[in-house]
Amino acid sequence: MGKYDVINTRARRLDAPDKATGRAKYVDDICLPGMLFGAMLQSPLPHAEILNIDTSAAKKLPGVKSVVTAEDAGMVKYGVSPARYDETVFCKDKVHYIGDEVAAVAAIDLDTALEAVSLIKVDYEELPAVFTVDEAVAEGAPLIHEDFPRNICGEVHNEFGDVEKAFKECDLIRTDTFKNKRQDAGFLEPNGCIADFDPLGRLTLYSSTQVPHYVQRIVAMVLGLPIGKVRVIKPCIGGGFGPKAGTTPMELIACLLSMKTGKPVKMNYTREQVFLFGRARHQFVHTMTTGVKKDGTLMALKNKCYLEGGAYTSFGIATVYYAGSLLTGPYKLRNMKYDGYRIYTNKPTCGAQRGHGSVISRAAWEQQLDCVAEDLGMDPLEFRLKNVMETGDTTINDLYTSSLGMKECLEAVKTGSTWKEKRGKLPKGKGIGLAGGFFVSGAGYPIYRSDTPHSTVTIKLSDDGGNARVYTASAEIGQGSDTTFAMIAAETLGIPLSDVAVSSGDTDFGVDLGAYSSRQTLMTGHATKRAAENVKAQVLAVLSEQLDIPAEEMDIKKGLIEFRNGNPDFEGLRTRYLKEHRGWTDHPGGDDLTFREAARVAFLEKGPIVGSGAYKPGDLGGKYKGAAVGTSPAYSCSAAVVEVGVDMETGKVTVDNMTDAHDCGFAINRTSVEAQLQGSLSMGLGETLFEEVKFDNKGGILNADFGEYKIPTALDMAPVDTIIVESDEPNGPYGAKEVGEGAILPTIPAILNAVYDAIGVRIWELPLTPERVYMAIKKKKEEQKD
Amino acid sequence: MKELIILTINGIEHGVLVETHWTLLDVLRDKIGMTGTKKGCDNGECGACTVIIDGEAVLSCLILAIQAQGKDILTIEGVSQDGKPDTVQDAFVKYGGIQCGFCTPGMIMASRALLNKIPHPSTEEIKRGLSGNLCRCTGYVKIIEAVENASTTEIT
Repeated sequence: MGKYDVINTRARRLDAPDKATGRAKYVDDICLPGMLFGAMLQSPLPHAEILNIDTSAAKKLPGVKSVVTAEDAGMVKYGVSPARYDETVFCKDKVHYIGDEVAAVAAIDLDTALEAVSLIKVDYEELPAVFTVDEAVAEGAPLIHEDFPRNICGEVHNEFGDVEKAFKECDLIRTDTFKNKRQDAGFLEPNGCIADFDPLGRLTLYSSTQVPHYVQRIVAMVLGLPIGKVRVIKPCIGGGFGPKAGTTPMELIACLLSMKTGKPVKMNYTREQVFLFGRARHQFVHTMTTGVKKDGTLMALKNKCYLEGGAYTSFGIATVYYAGSLLTGPYKLRNMKYDGYRIYTNKPTCGAQRGHGSVISRAAWEQQLDCVAEDLGMDPLEFRLKNVMETGDTTINDLYTSSLGMKECLEAVKTGSTWKEKRGKLPKGKGIGLAGGFFVSGAGYPIYRSDTPHSTVTIKLSDDGGNARVYTASAEIGQGSDTTFAMIAAETLGIPLSDVAVSSGDTDFGVDLGAYSSRQTLMTGHATKRAAENVKAQVLAVLSEQLDIPAEEMDIKKGLIEFRNGNPDFEGLRTRYLKEHRGWTDHPGGDDLTFREAARVAFLEKGPIVGSGAYKPGDLGGKYKGAAVGTSPAYSCSAAVVEVGVDMETGKVTVDNMTDAHDCGFAINRTSVEAQLQGSLSMGLGETLFEEVKFDNKGGILNADFGEYKIPTALDMAPVDTIIVESDEPNGPYGAKEVGEGAILPTIPAILNAVYDAIGVRIWELPLTPERVYMAIKKKKEEQKD
Repeated sequence: MKELIILTINGIEHGVLVETHWTLLDVLRDKIGMTGTKKGCDNGECGACTVIIDGEAVLSCLILAIQAQGKDILTIEGVSQDGKPDTVQDAFVKYGGIQCGFCTPGMIMASRALLNKIPHPSTEEIKRGLSGNLCRCTGYVKIIEAVENASTTEIT
């Protein structure tokens, strides 16, 4: 054991035993007395005026308790970013996509609610619709939202340095266009919620959300309740990956139905409705021009991007910023111009998904960088090393890297994959490829403008001193954050992990902005550390009074009090404890005073020992428009090497091996860090090889299920080697920064680069289905014949 | 149409009044209160609802409750015996095979059924045995490791 007793170990997750035995409660596992069940009526048309809604038959159905429409819900606009609130609970005058909410029912059971929904009659007049970026921006195209000409939801224009001037100094310039397809996050638990409006006028919402805090605010705003009367509780949730980081219409509808009926109302999305709600990866089309000098010096990038975003904004404004701003690292980029446009279409809404906004731009650029290296005759790894940023560097758009182990990541995958032995030496149909990544460790600013702390944490000791409970509103969504904070609390207090419990995901426990932008380890971690330091100081202060020893001469380690000048006579304290606990068999004993005894005395002298901590990043970023997006107190980086095999006859790509290195600053829980890397590799593999949400020509999803929308199975996964790089981040608690999102960034381009190595032809469109790969091989063969 | 049926779940008989079109999954969760078995798709695609019926891994969303009469149904709640976790449960906890945990009950039931048939499976056999159970969090790496370790610690 090194410097630490609890952190940097492979401690088992606190929630694992409950999850392994079926005891863990997810929202759909909760049943409240008298609970009703809700169901929604959604639009069957992509764009239509609503002429009339007739709910009379539904209301008459026995067992129906409430039927609601826009008349009941009102038209308060909400969304994710206050600058683009463009959603209402229900549509009133028109629907914007197949799946838009029109009405809802609460009934005594789900069958009755669904039957009632089928009895609601809506008269529509269909409007012309747009489904692609080209259709949406065309002159005279129908507008989805009146205030947004040419259906441009948001645009970004930034230039840092002088790109055109830099291109004049370049020896090599190349332009490529890359596009992906919409991805679905594919979390296993469909979104669900239970709203419970009680007789005292307080609303409790149990929900499968990544962001209890933001949901609390939106629910209160839309339904006209004081924020303090709304409590959001996140039980266990079955994955999120981004789309659960906003408020769903279902949450608002359940709350409205509960307020109407005075009963708890449960609602769940079906798997199809999860797809219709969407809010996962956008479709991006990037056109990038990169210029370099012949010695490999990276000079300039011009990046133009169109995002096809669907009917509403959701996270889209941040997405369109991220698609530009995060390419300025981890390589020294001296000049960059970015023009990004997010476009509304009559399709389900896109939002944030793991690696928010930056995954596709990263994939495009890392493949282009490989092309540049090849054109220069340089090894792609050496080319990246030549331009790599180091700790202390600031990017051209003012992102300061207080730690950055990118060089170490590249070296680690080089060694780990035996790059030198394999690169250029594999047989035809086998390939090896490399890529890097760069990501924020928590957004520098909240989504709404505010001076709020980003995380607050309270730690309370039990009166006997035997347990410390951490209260946090942060969201454990499967990534292991509860265990991370328990480990930080235990380490800081100096007690064993088994004496720490965590209560999380409840807005009554404080403010925490939640699980998005890969923020919790750093931010909630800081607040936890500060709360624990506060509690520890309180305990030591009482001990200091009792023993007449300065607090600075004491410490707590492994649940025992350490006295710098040797143990004093503490028999008085021990006797006091023992007298209170006659009949117990686990008395503190031994030569050292225990934390339990010290904490008990502290309770007896001062009452409940409660400490709190808060965290808010300092002022970050530059002064230009949009400078806030991309800011973070710390940046992670990563590198991956992937080996693939391609069947030259069928075009089928198989991933044979993956080596992944990620700089997480300092690993609080080594198993959990690896687990994030492995999960990212799997998600990235699926996105590269086969995941695609497909549409018919009316904007309806063709594959809104796991049968046709395929995510990787155990059979798709290759052997993986995950390498943890630790750069000791000065702005992170114990040096820690993120891993959850940044880890996915190099996966897609590393596979793309490996496929090129295997087949000798570049593919600029995802996913790499056998058809697409086969056609690329065929086209190349034909070109060679000519 | 409603019918009164008896289901034998984890060795205990439960009398339940069911609609004939209700799935075993819905009856387990909503009528008997055994919510350990999860509903991820309700369409036989994700494996989260896997239970063991007469020794076979079965998707409880694809079988009607009335079809499960007279059979031995084992759910995640019945896997641990005498307060001690099963070796598979233990291995999932120990080797980090659990993240969000939503696939976990189904994954453990599928693993249990696999090990009952093949006590010492190869990695390929494990992958095949679990290929009907989706997990989006783990990339399956630590799940496979857990099942491999369970198979070697198991007394057979």
